[in-house]
Amino acid sequence: MDYVLMKGNEAIAEAALRAGCRFYAGYPITPQSEILEYMADHMEERGGIFIQGENEIASMSMLYGAAACGARCMSSSSGPGFDLKQEEISYLSAAGLPAVIVNAMRYGLGDGEITAGQDSYWVSTRGGGHGDKRLLVLAPASVQECADLTYLAFDLAEKYRNVVEILSDGAICQMIEKVYLPEAKEHDINKFDWTLSGKPRDQKKNKAYNLSYYMGYEAYNKMMREKIETMFNEEQRWESFMVEDAELVLVAYGISSRVCRTAVRQARKDGIKLGLIRPITVWPYPRKAFENLPECVKGCVGVEMSLTSQMGEDILLATRHTRPLYGYLTGKDLPTAEGIIAYCEEILSGNIRPMEVL
Amino acid sequence: MADIIMAGFGGQGVLTAGKILIDVAAREGMNVSWTSSYGAEMRGGTASCSVVISDEEIGSPYPTRLDVLLAMNEPSYDKFIGQMRDGGVVIVNQSLMSQRRYPDNVDVYLIPATDQANALGDGRVANIVMLGAMIKATGLIGREAFAQGLEHYFGKKGRSNPKNLEAYRIGFEEAGKL
Repeated sequence: MDYVLMKGNEAIAEAALRAGCRFYAGYPITPQSEILEYMADHMEERGGIFIQGENEIASMSMLYGAAACGARCMSSSSGPGFDLKQEEISYLSAAGLPAVIVNAMRYGLGDGEITAGQDSYWVSTRGGGHGDKRLLVLAPASVQECADLTYLAFDLAEKYRNVVEILSDGAICQMIEKVYLPEAKEHDINKFDWTLSGKPRDQKKNKAYNLSYYMGYEAYNKMMREKIETMFNEEQRWESFMVEDAELVLVAYGISSRVCRTAVRQARKDGIKLGLIRPITVWPYPRKAFENLPECVKGCVGVEMSLTSQMGEDILLATRHTRPLYGYLTGKDLPTAEGIIAYCEEILSGNIRPMEVL
Repeated sequence: MADIIMAGFGGQGVLTAGKILIDVAAREGMNVSWTSSYGAEMRGGTASCSVVISDEEIGSPYPTRLDVLLAMNEPSYDKFIGQMRDGGVVIVNQSLMSQRRYPDNVDVYLIPATDQANALGDGRVANIVMLGAMIKATGLIGREAFAQGLEHYFGKKGRSNPKNLEAYRIGFEEAGKL
């Protein structure tokens, strides 16, 4: 198997096609438009359907139809476009329909910027519209992971009949790296017994709407609670890097985690013992990674491209408040290794107070 | 192993120069990353890409300290020269630079890339003239290996053009260390 050089966006789209995704509907918005463009270019040759909907909401409704028929389906957006998908994520969740949605984060409120950001963490990990449900949220930190996690996302979506989100950012999506693409496979649209398909007259037809309506709330609640608990226990993914002897543990995902890795290596050359915990799933948050943190760890430092810490409360929950939390928050600017190291030196010198999560 | 920024006016082909460089370096077995600046840029404004080439796993794809700067115009030079590491290599498009003093802590290579490309009858290959100068100045990739990689890059796009190799040769041979 040989590598190809691709942007993160392209790797997501190609991996989706290789996972058997044969339906894509979406609406362009920077910095994820290459996903849509790639699908426009290549979906037809794989025998699938690409639709640029009239807007995000319509695209998501189309996705609902495709998912209800058992197709592997995907949509993608960013910033305000992703907001528009929330309602339908709730509907997909209500009906237990598997779908993969990409959110390539851009920075800021409103239109904000078209460049990278990480301030859509909450809308991704706590969002998904109204009602009680969880999205599985996977956060790639390389072009390779863009491919691998998208490929995985379709399996997870079907395993749990749940919406899976790929939470990327403008930096990871736009960068080019080597990627080894997964093997192409075909998905059998008729493999599930719950999908909408033709049935003989005397058999009950499947329906694709709120599961609680025909399961009854008692059974539905039990099913949902068990599903959320199982996903939480089974699907935590993370990478720990030099945590064993660290004085401070950086906690970062996506593009920030890349800079943190450089910072850890660079700091250790100067005798400053930093480590890194990189969540790969941000829901479920990898709390297991924080169990049994070594005694030498004096604190955790969340590194995020956000105005306030959005991941901070997850870190505090994961450490069960056993360590002080600091925040290196760079807003619309990419963090730098030098900046992270200088900040950590200040923490170790006692010049920076722990952060309150607001 | 190098942290590189390639910068110039929009339209000078700096993003493509970066893509060519990572394509060849990847074929030589190195790890590579490429990121471009994007955002609300004006037509005729600056464009740049960051390239990291390494034998090791690449951390940040946005280097803040540079080993190599390829500056296709003066504003780009001014913008990034302050980020150079001591002993770094700067390749300057002399055609679009005023007479000036260069810092002592870096090796500066001058090449009138725009003029050379125009003399070749195709102003678009100025970026490849610059790449030729860069390969000579840095030795990141062997002269012949890069030439083959260049052919491969354009060949797979169905856009082979003998002027590319000629531009590369001129850049390599005519670049002069200050």
